Amino acid sequence: MQRAFLAVIMVGLLCSTLSFFVVLNKLSFMGAGISHAMLGGIAAGVLLGVNPLYTGAVSAVFIALLIGYISKQGKMQEDTAIGILFATGMALGITLISFKEGYYPELFSLLFGNVLAVSAADLWFLVTVLIIVLLFVSIFFKELLAISFDEELARANGLPVAFLYMGLLVSLSLTVVASVMVVGVVLASALLVIPAAAGYRLSKNYRFMLFFSIIIGVTSGIAGLVFSFNYDVPSGASIVLCSATVFFVSLIASLTVQRR
Amino acid sequence: MDERGVVVKTEGLSMLLNGSVILEDINLGIYPGEMVCIIGPNGAGKTTLLRILLGLVRPTSGTVTVFGVSPRDLGEKRDLIGYMPQKPLYQRNFPLSVLDVVAMGAVTKSTMGRPLSRLQRNMALQGLEKVGLQELAGYPFNELSGGQQQRVFLARALSKAPCLLFLDEPNAGLDLPTQGRFFKLLKELQEKDGLTVVMVSHDLAVVAAYANRLLCINRSMHVHGSPADVLNSPLLGEAYRCEYEVLFGRGRG
Repeated sequence: MQRAFLAVIMVGLLCSTLSFFVVLNKLSFMGAGISHAMLGGIAAGVLLGVNPLYTGAVSAVFIALLIGYISKQGKMQEDTAIGILFATGMALGITLISFKEGYYPELFSLLFGNVLAVSAADLWFLVTVLIIVLLFVSIFFKELLAISFDEELARANGLPVAFLYMGLLVSLSLTVVASVMVVGVVLASALLVIPAAAGYRLSKNYRFMLFFSIIIGVTSGIAGLVFSFNYDVPSGASIVLCSATVFFVSLIASLTVQRR
Repeated sequence: MDERGVVVKTEGLSMLLNGSVILEDINLGIYPGEMVCIIGPNGAGKTTLLRILLGLVRPTSGTVTVFGVSPRDLGEKRDLIGYMPQKPLYQRNFPLSVLDVVAMGAVTKSTMGRPLSRLQRNMALQGLEKVGLQELAGYPFNELSGGQQQRVFLARALSKAPCLLFLDEPNAGLDLPTQGRFFKLLKELQEKDGLTVVMVSHDLAVVAAYANRLLCINRSMHVHGSPADVLNSPLLGEAYRCEYEVLFGRGRG
């Protein structure tokens, strides 16, 4: 249980920070695409007897960079590339899993999330991802904000836009992997959208939006875990439902304020 | 043409895109303290020319120099350049204050990985003062009117205290009185601070009143010179492929 709380807090912090850029850059479909497409990598790990989280992480980073490369080349729309890789990764995962005989409970956990099954090794993996992603985001925060708001000006000011965008996508893919640990492949994108979407409703300034996003991400994770523990419901679904509740409350609150 | 002190220079500049000629054999020189306006019909290659001068697009052939070097090798000299891109290019509904938007002008390669200094923040505030919007510094940017947003973008372009300013359609979407105020402000900054201004515009009547020189292009350079020379040249109609009286609305009933 202690591990589960630590995992939920770290994933909440990570996802809510990245969700700030996901919402502002309209990358919600990217998060869903990466989480589903990485099923191929997860299944490969299961077949090879390697921790599927590690193979899933490698495939997630590869997919994110591939989507970024294809869209930046301008040869294909970003959502088209995501749509193709989304389905391809899922199909690959299903095909690879069919080669495995017998029942594999860890795979079920990765599909639908089971934070109570997080191992010590998973926790160390999470700490590593947290340090890498938060270091990148905090060092280049103002540059990431600048390319998100006006990429043309950022280029004219000499910022290495391709490096920053690819760095953001790698951070996003690693965060998706962390999210999969807690809520699973199917619900992973929820943690990358809901906290900042709620924060956006509550504030007109990005500083407060980020602050609310982090508070909502971490607290709804903890609340979801407690609810799951007390009422014996799946932890992933419970955490996402708690986040969604906060979002709808913030939506109603912002609409009420606007009307006044 | 006196080569000394030239800020922007192109020689034999051409640009092809997917086999189509976008720009052909453009030769120009822009001098310190000038306000030069690039005019021409839609699809004439004006924005492409501006983006080449900024080093955002590589020309197919010819040479370009800005402050004596290729725009792609400007290094720290890039901090001497202010840029105001076309309005539709930025993300709307972004939760930024007016001062946040202006301060973004100072986010360059030379400030990467470190917070903006107090000096840079003060310069952003000074930029806002120059456009007369300092009292709106903390106001949400996306709640401003179109004219106010254009002034904020001008303040952002000025936030590095540049020597050279590139503006792409700065008067797009502004009503006539706001356009007048905007160009008057630009002219004041040019005369007071010695700014070199290069802008792209559709609006001949407005820019003719403020620019020192007009460059009329439609893929190639058709005519350039003082506003009076250009507007009285038969080559202007050739560039726009229509009777140029129509451009100013003369002869309408």
